Amino acid sequence: MNLAVNNTSLFFAAMLVLVALGISLWQKLGLDKDIIVGVVRAIVQLFTVGYLLKYIFRVDNVWLTLAMMGFIIFNAAWNAKKRGAGIANAFPIALLAIFISTGVTLGVLILSGAIRLIPSQIIPISGMIASNSMVAIGLAFRSLNSQFHDQRQGVLERLALGSDLLDASIAIVREAIRTGMAPTIDSAKTVGLVSLPGMMSGLIFAGVDPVHAIKYQIMVTFMLLSATSLGSIIACYLAYRSFYNAQKQLK
Amino acid sequence: MQAIMTLKQVNYQAENKHILHDINWAIPVGAQVTLTGPSGSGKSTLLRIMAAMISKTSGELVFDGQPIESYDPVLYRRQVSYCFQQPTLFGETVADNVTFPYRIRKQPVDHDHILAALEYVGLGEQTLTQPIVDLSGGERQRVALIRNILFLPRILLLDEVTAGLDEQNREIIHRWLRHLNVDRGVTTIMITHDAQEIAAASTLAKVVAGRLEVQA
Repeated sequence: MNLAVNNTSLFFAAMLVLVALGISLWQKLGLDKDIIVGVVRAIVQLFTVGYLLKYIFRVDNVWLTLAMMGFIIFNAAWNAKKRGAGIANAFPIALLAIFISTGVTLGVLILSGAIRLIPSQIIPISGMIASNSMVAIGLAFRSLNSQFHDQRQGVLERLALGSDLLDASIAIVREAIRTGMAPTIDSAKTVGLVSLPGMMSGLIFAGVDPVHAIKYQIMVTFMLLSATSLGSIIACYLAYRSFYNAQKQLK
Repeated sequence: MQAIMTLKQVNYQAENKHILHDINWAIPVGAQVTLTGPSGSGKSTLLRIMAAMISKTSGELVFDGQPIESYDPVLYRRQVSYCFQQPTLFGETVADNVTFPYRIRKQPVDHDHILAALEYVGLGEQTLTQPIVDLSGGERQRVALIRNILFLPRILLLDEVTAGLDEQNREIIHRWLRHLNVDRGVTTIMITHDAQEIAAASTLAKVVAGRLEVQA
C-alpha cells in the first residue's frame, strides 16, 4: 500500500490551517476562534474514533458493534434535531427515521452480499448512511419550518374549507421530502464528473483497482438514495402534525 | 325561534389581551346577519372562533344542539364554512381550486355542479383552465367562494369578502349570497364596513371593543 501519511507529514499539512486562519484574520471574518476549536475537535474526535474502532474491530463482539451503531444513530438524530427547532418531538422523530432508514438500507446491503457482517464493514457503512439520512432530515425539518411559516395563509384556508391535516399539509410535506432528497440526487448525477467521492477515493488510495472501486461507489449511490428518501419521508410524515394543535388548528 | 348556533359567555384572550368579552348570541336558523364594528374590535376573532379556526378561552359554543368540542374540527368546518378577505387560491388553475372540496372529501368531481356554480357568479366553463394569476380581484373572490359552497354548509362566515371590489362584483356576490340564504337555507354572517351593506342588513350585529350588540 502507498499510504504515506504520518505524524510528521500531518504536522506540516497543518500549514493549511494557517491559510484559513490567515484569511479570517486578514478579512476580519471573526472565524479564528471557530477554526481553532473546529481543528482541535476534529483531531481529538478522530484520534479517539481511530483507537476506538481499532479496539472494536479487534474484539469483534456483536454487542459492542451494535452499541457503536446505536451511538452513531443517536448522535445523527441529535444533530438532525437541531435543525428542527419548533418541531415537537424532533429528536424521537429523527431517531426513528434514522434508525429505520439505516436499518433497512443496511439490511438490504447485507442480504444482497454487498457488504459482510463484520464490524470493519458494518460500522463505517452505518456511519455513511446515518450521516446522509441526518442531513436529509435536517434539510426536511428546516423546509417544513419555513414553508409552514411562509404558506400560513394557504394552510389556514385549506383548514377552513374542511380539509384534514394531511390534505392541508401535503404540498408542504412533499416539498420538504424533495428538499431532503435533492442533494443526494444532485450528487448522484455528477458523481465521477465533479467529485471522486470518499468511498472510491479511499479504495483507490489503498491500491484497489479503480474499476473495482467504482462498484463500491455505485453501491454507495444506491444506499444513499434509499437512506435519504426513507429518512425524509418518515421524518416529514411524523413531523407535520406538530404544526397543529389538538383542535386541528394551525399553531 | 330555533338557534343554529348559540354562544354563551364566550371570552377570548391572547397574550394577556382580552379581545372578546362575555359574548352571548343566539343565531337563528336561516338568519342573514351583517356584522360590523371598528377595526380591531374583535369581529374577525369572533368569526374565527365560530369557524373553529381558533378556540375560545372560556364560555360555551353550541352548534346544532351540540357543544363545539363534541365535533371533529374537520367535519365541523365543512358545516360552518369560513371565507377569508383576500383569499389565497391553490395550485395553478381555477380547476385546481374548484375541485379541491371534492379531493378533500375523496369524492368524484361533479363537473356539472361546478359549471352551474361558475355560471351563477358569471364565470364560464373557459374559466376552469384559466391560470389563477390571470384572475382579477373580483374573479378570485368568486372562485374562492365557490370552494366554500360546492358542498353546501349550514353556516357561511364571510370576512369582508366584498372589500375592495367594484360595484359589479359586489352586486354579483350579494345576489349569490341572497340566493344561498333565501333559496338554499344557508345561515350567513358577513363582516363588512360598507355603508350600503350595513343599510341593507336584515339583522345587524356590532362588535365594539370586544363586546357584542345585536339589533334585530
